[in-house]
Amino acid sequence: MDTMIKTPVADSAPRIARERPLKIKARNVDVYYGEKHAINDLSIDIPDSAVSAFIGPSGCGKSTFLRSINRMNDTIPSCRVTGNIEIDGRDIYDRGLDVVQLRARIGMVFQKPNPFPKSIYENVAYGPRIHGFAKNKTDLEEIVVTSLKKAGLFEEVKDRLDHSGTSLSGGQQQRLCIARAIAVNPEVILMDEPCSALDPIATARIEELIDELRQNFCIVIVTHSMQQAARVSQLTAFFHLGNLVEVGDTDDIFTAPKDKRTQDYITGRFG
Amino acid sequence: MSDHIVKAYDEDLANLKTMLAQMGGLAEDHLAKAIEALAKRDTKLADYVIGQDEKIDALELQLEERAILTIAKRQPMARDLREIMVAIRIASDLERIGDLAKNIAKRSHAISEALPRKLATGLTRMGRLSLEQLKDVLDAYTTTDDAKALEVWRNDGELDALYNSIFRELLTYMMEDPRMIGPCTHLLFGAKNFERIGDHATNIAENIHYLVSGRPMREERPKKDTTSTTAFDSLNER
Repeated sequence: MDTMIKTPVADSAPRIARERPLKIKARNVDVYYGEKHAINDLSIDIPDSAVSAFIGPSGCGKSTFLRSINRMNDTIPSCRVTGNIEIDGRDIYDRGLDVVQLRARIGMVFQKPNPFPKSIYENVAYGPRIHGFAKNKTDLEEIVVTSLKKAGLFEEVKDRLDHSGTSLSGGQQQRLCIARAIAVNPEVILMDEPCSALDPIATARIEELIDELRQNFCIVIVTHSMQQAARVSQLTAFFHLGNLVEVGDTDDIFTAPKDKRTQDYITGRFG
Repeated sequence: MSDHIVKAYDEDLANLKTMLAQMGGLAEDHLAKAIEALAKRDTKLADYVIGQDEKIDALELQLEERAILTIAKRQPMARDLREIMVAIRIASDLERIGDLAKNIAKRSHAISEALPRKLATGLTRMGRLSLEQLKDVLDAYTTTDDAKALEVWRNDGELDALYNSIFRELLTYMMEDPRMIGPCTHLLFGAKNFERIGDHATNIAENIHYLVSGRPMREERPKKDTTSTTAFDSLNER
């Protein structure tokens, strides 16, 4: 019988990880905040051109791991990261690596929209300008327009690009932040609960946007909404108490998870 | 499995199970009575079964409503989601079993006088076997016993084999005496109904397996019903 044959490890990996090229590879990652052991021996493969969702209860380490991917934890003095994280085969904790360049390749969108207190145009133009992505003004303008279009915001703001970014509604601000993130043409976009401050309509817009963006980007999203993870992602990772409990195709995780802890969490049974 | 943080959610799921148990009980009862009506030529009992069927239909509607409401309110995931989906599917199988039992009861009217008793014996044997399958699969559901469900699933072949032999037997009678064609046709439909009840029992077994394991049944279904070709063979032999 087929089931009796021991399948090689590669075949037991999630389908999406086998179908898409590998983008982020983490091996035996531990993260400490001083004495606190926030992430315990984590290994995961994150595919390109797909959305990967991290779910789990508060304090489970999902945001901590997300912030390790663009080395944002470097800014916390007591934080220590060990193990290995590679993007396209390159160790991102390599001493010779320029962190500023790394963060230009990895965009980030936060829980609360945080536009710069500048005009809508400037919010998007800032990144490409300081990284020298635009040769001239027309070039820059094109990048701003394309980014706003990709973020699904252009039609709503095209007549008031000189207005302040903070004058927009919450959902529009969040899409502005996404436009700002994609303006520097990153390879990876990290999103830390990007919809938790938004109403259902604005949330739906962002989810639609995430679905479009995944064609060209490797997207990693941390979310407290299980339904959102089920809707937008292809790969889901469940974290609990600093451990990566289960990784699998999203379709499998939400219909037939393997681990009891995953089952208990997604069905609302966690005590 | 541990309880939900929201207690009302547990109650919602428990309610579905209770309603399904009620439906199962009724289907079992109606089938048993339909078989008895057939065996004993009891037209009163047959009428009782016919009159009771709408109870099952009403329960199915009620269960469906509750299930949809639960999906809308709780957005179930994983096993909870399977639990609800499976309840809806099993309810529809039970409703069909109720219909088939009712149909058998109706036919027992037509069969009651016209036929020598011994002809109906094979049919009641088939009925009892289908009733056993239904009982076993309902037990398997109540105890969420995957192994028992699998057993029911495998046993369906026996019912199919019995159907084949009854089919051939009835065909012979009809060929011998054209006056038997009418009543034998009723018997044939009755036999087909029992065979269909067996199929619904295997459906339920498949759903139990899905509920427990999260995966659909893999193997090919134990189909041994060959009657779709039998008629031609027999006619050609003449």
